[in-house]
Amino acid sequence: MTPLVGYLLLSALLFTVGLAGALTRRNAIIVLIGIELMLNAANLNFIAFWRYGPNPAALTGVMFVIFSIGVSAAESAVGLALIILIHRHYRTTNLDKFDSMKG
Amino acid sequence: MDWLFAIIAVVTLGSAIAAMSLRKLVHCALMFMVTLGGLAALYLKLDAQFVGFAQVLVYIGAVAILIVFAILLTRGSEPPRQSILSGTWVLGIGTAVGVFGVMSAMILSSPAVSREGSPPAASTVRQIGDQLMTRYVLPLEVVGLLLTAALIGAVIIAMCDREGE
Amino acid sequence: MDQIFVTLKHWLVGLAPGQCQPVLSALLSAASLILGFATLSALTTLLERKGLGRMQNRYGPNRVGPCGLLQPIADGLKALTKEDVVPQSADKVVHFLAPIVLVVPVLLALAVVPMGRNMTALDADAGVLFFFAVGAATELSVFMAGWSSRNKYSLLGAMRAIAQMISYEVPLILSAVTVIMAAGSLSTVGIVEAQAGYWGLLPRWYLLTPWGFAGFVLFMIAATAESNRSPFDLPEGESELVAGYYTEYSGFKFALFFLGEYLGLFAVSGLGITLFLGGWQAPLPGLDCVPSWVWFFAKLLGLIAGFIWVRGTLPRLRMDQLMGLAWKFMLPMAMANILIAGLWRFMSTGVTRWSVCALLVCVACLLLGGAMVERKQLAKRTYRYAE
Repeated sequence: MTPLVGYLLLSALLFTVGLAGALTRRNAIIVLIGIELMLNAANLNFIAFWRYGPNPAALTGVMFVIFSIGVSAAESAVGLALIILIHRHYRTTNLDKFDSMKG
Repeated sequence: MDWLFAIIAVVTLGSAIAAMSLRKLVHCALMFMVTLGGLAALYLKLDAQFVGFAQVLVYIGAVAILIVFAILLTRGSEPPRQSILSGTWVLGIGTAVGVFGVMSAMILSSPAVSREGSPPAASTVRQIGDQLMTRYVLPLEVVGLLLTAALIGAVIIAMCDREGE
Repeated sequence: MDQIFVTLKHWLVGLAPGQCQPVLSALLSAASLILGFATLSALTTLLERKGLGRMQNRYGPNRVGPCGLLQPIADGLKALTKEDVVPQSADKVVHFLAPIVLVVPVLLALAVVPMGRNMTALDADAGVLFFFAVGAATELSVFMAGWSSRNKYSLLGAMRAIAQMISYEVPLILSAVTVIMAAGSLSTVGIVEAQAGYWGLLPRWYLLTPWGFAGFVLFMIAATAESNRSPFDLPEGESELVAGYYTEYSGFKFALFFLGEYLGLFAVSGLGITLFLGGWQAPLPGLDCVPSWVWFFAKLLGLIAGFIWVRGTLPRLRMDQLMGLAWKFMLPMAMANILIAGLWRFMSTGVTRWSVCALLVCVACLLLGGAMVERKQLAKRTYRYAE
């Protein structure tokens, strides 16, 4: 049986990869994929703690993750709609170019 | 079954790194789908059957396809001409490494890591349904409202302007 | 006789040493599924061509073997020996993986369908959810095929196909929700067992309830759309888009796509039989002597014949008509069906329950259907003759 620390480290690594991608890539859609990756890493954390926790019969971790999946689906739908609208205006999805409100 | 966890973990992590570092956007989206599949396998290994299937249905079947549509609608299928990294990428990688350092230090030094697994919890769909209807009914209704608002909002945002600006 | 396959499998598994018995059992189930349904899909290609031929007032293939029975073998040989052309600018890895990503999830989906008493390959607690989750993964292969070919027709066909599949997934799942509500379980085996018993001479199948009938019709229409079959086959229509998203595929990969399409048809028909037609149960009380798997395959062949019949009869739907049907008619109808199924569950058995629910179903259908029909004001016909 894999110890809990294996799952926690994997979740931390996935979170880091998502964070690195969201902070370094130019394209808005890849940033959104990075954010989704971070959300998924947190979900893995919840399920791991639910499984190895003191009271798995209360199903708390599972309920959290179900709601988290629903909310992240809504958030990605709205985020992608926004990116499509911005692309229609700026003709690019390069985040460095969205600077008309700078300064 | 340590080797099974090792294989799934390597596949998930490798595809996540590939998703964040490939040049072509569609390849990134496909690698992201592999990551989501690996995570669903991990949920199944942790005896959370419903969550694993819901992950495949919602994330791979809907969110990933939405991402693919967005890539194609924003001309992402042409390979990028300049660098894929933004101007301040060094700072970004540094921040991410710092965050990982803090998190792993915290994980390895906490008393929770020596926990062994309890006997498998029976998370049947019936129990999830019971909890959703008794203890979590308010979040259920709120999430329903949220999803409706997101649906209407996304359609309105992405709709073509009729007035022609 | 009923349990012949189960006892055969137990005997074969018993021959192996104790360590690898679970693995051997799983391998045997998977192998029998793959072999059985691949043969059935070869048979279905022949049935389809001959059936369509007869409906179009011509013979189908009748040269190879008696009455054309060896035609699938000829087709298979042709597919295997044809040259595998891959476009030079195609994305090689994705192009190679797309047929595999189609066939594997569909075979996984077939594993939860109960084909007879004790004959389910995988009895998961959330079997129906597993089926839909895996079905959602097949849309991925459509996109991979269309995009990797670097062909505008393929990409257009793939986009249309995915839009159609995700639109029709919603009424498909909602019409299955009514059955899940009535049976109280997500497990396919549990749903079949909830339809056991008879009301006098009529079986207790969900098809024979008002909401079940409406649900079955919705499920079958959505299933036709999910498998990209006529009249919903705009993405692969030959007169529209060459061959749609598999234009650039030839030889064995094309055969794999066809196999995947037919296997998808079997999987969704199998689920329809499980949900609405009582699975492997006999329709009349006295016919229990016939083995359960015979009933399942008889119902499956009946549904396939229905699909072929619809293909030969109805013309193709345009894309906007297709989407309008999904979002404006089938989705509200499926939601009304859920309400009616809930009403059925909480009313006491008797004639009132039947008449109220049947009336509500008809009213909902007429209202929604009436809103969909465009009344065209056609001008009076005028004739002009050459002077």
